[in-house]
Amino acid sequence: MDFLSEHQPEMLPGKRQLPPIQGVIEAPHGTTIVAVTFAGGVVLAGDRRATMGNVIAQRDIEKVFPADEYSAVGIAGTAGLAVEMVKLFQLELEHFEKVEGATLSLEGKANRLSTMIRSNLGMAMQGLAVVPLFAGFDVDRDRGRIFSYDVTGGRSEEHGYAATGSGSIFARSAMKKLYAKDLTEDQATTLVVQALYDAADDDSATGGPDVARRIYPIVTVITETGFRRLTDDESSEIARVILERRLVQPDGPRAALL
Amino acid sequence: MSTPFYVSPQQAMADRAEYARKGIARGRSLVVLQYADGIVFVGENPSRALHKFSEIYDRIGFAAAGKYNEYENLRIGGVRYADLRGYTYDRDDVTARGLANVYAQTLGTIFSSAAEKPYEVELVVAEVGDTPDGDQIYRLPHDGSIVDEHGSVAVGGNAEQISTYLDTQHRDGMSLAEALKLAVQSLSREPNGGEREIPAERLEVAVLDRTRPQKRKFKRIVGRQLGRLLEAGGAETATEAEDADDDE
Repeated sequence: MDFLSEHQPEMLPGKRQLPPIQGVIEAPHGTTIVAVTFAGGVVLAGDRRATMGNVIAQRDIEKVFPADEYSAVGIAGTAGLAVEMVKLFQLELEHFEKVEGATLSLEGKANRLSTMIRSNLGMAMQGLAVVPLFAGFDVDRDRGRIFSYDVTGGRSEEHGYAATGSGSIFARSAMKKLYAKDLTEDQATTLVVQALYDAADDDSATGGPDVARRIYPIVTVITETGFRRLTDDESSEIARVILERRLVQPDGPRAALL
Repeated sequence: MSTPFYVSPQQAMADRAEYARKGIARGRSLVVLQYADGIVFVGENPSRALHKFSEIYDRIGFAAAGKYNEYENLRIGGVRYADLRGYTYDRDDVTARGLANVYAQTLGTIFSSAAEKPYEVELVVAEVGDTPDGDQIYRLPHDGSIVDEHGSVAVGGNAEQISTYLDTQHRDGMSLAEALKLAVQSLSREPNGGEREIPAERLEVAVLDRTRPQKRKFKRIVGRQLGRLLEAGGAETATEAEDADDDE
């Protein structure tokens, strides 16, 4: 990035001049991303909807990307800017790894992303915010970790579960009731899809599983063996089981009252 | 005022080439071989930290003999070139040919510029294709020329002798273990005809493996995996030798 800013500064997202604008720009926005840690790693998942005002801009957008072998980013906010930010972030991690011959620590990666979000603050003030969720497997500490951000680049580590985007309030509430410390990988993947379902249930900008078009949430798992994205068959199976239960119990699983 | 000695341009260039060649010859040789599933890099390297081989991009690997600080410089330049290309356009638009051209330009300019000393390096840029036919190996000597190689290539001190040996022994479609064994054999031949043993911990081995599911095909082979492969190579030749005995 330092090299890029010297060599071709116009390639950097933050360096481009914006024409003077009045009012809010209409651009596709991504919505809900959720993450959960479990015993052997971390799960990061996102719904598939992008909205522009009250219009659904895209039904099958992909908002969860591998950052490198042991980490992934889920993006909420202005889709175009966020995708570009992820691209630059991936490039930076890979570039560092190749030049230095060693990978960045998970903290280092999280801090780097924080700087990139900060550099987008100008755009964020004009309504083009990008707020990602970063999850990875910390090889040194041997566990999955989640980092959440605010628009100013403020970074905080989340323990257990986290959500970002317009449906995050509903997703977080769902996870709060369902999360347990000793989840298995299968339970964790089910939990994130449940949370996304609840978010879609109450937030119009979040898309639920689309059975007719076979569009299901993207679910990714990061463990000590690295990043893995669940195949369409696997995620459709999780969604199918949940849908079947919800036909009987529309509000989803119930937590004990006391 | 004293007149400087006249040196003819031919002589000046010949001197520079001689200087660079001598520098390269001081380093240990390394070989790059094609095998059935990709391209393997093998060299003798006592250092664990200073690599002779490295990844440039998804399908492109880099090998260098000569002075470390000079080729490290070129390597980082190559990584920057490739990453910037890939970011500006697309990952598929980064090719070994393009990279080799950039290296040739750089080396050529430095070689013929009177102000700088010529780089004492010889590079290999290799790209693994989807099939063995798509593999590309380029050798870049110190003066900035490009040589398109097939099958096998050796650079460094003893390169000529090693590549003659490799040309006679290398065949297409070798397994990784076979290719590795051949590479080690070729490296352990002394210029005077003798042979010496290179222990596994002094070998640096890396592959560009087209069967890897990831986009990035470059992988270092170290530790137990290297030991296993070396043993497998030995065993295969042993059985082959036995088969040959049976035929007789």
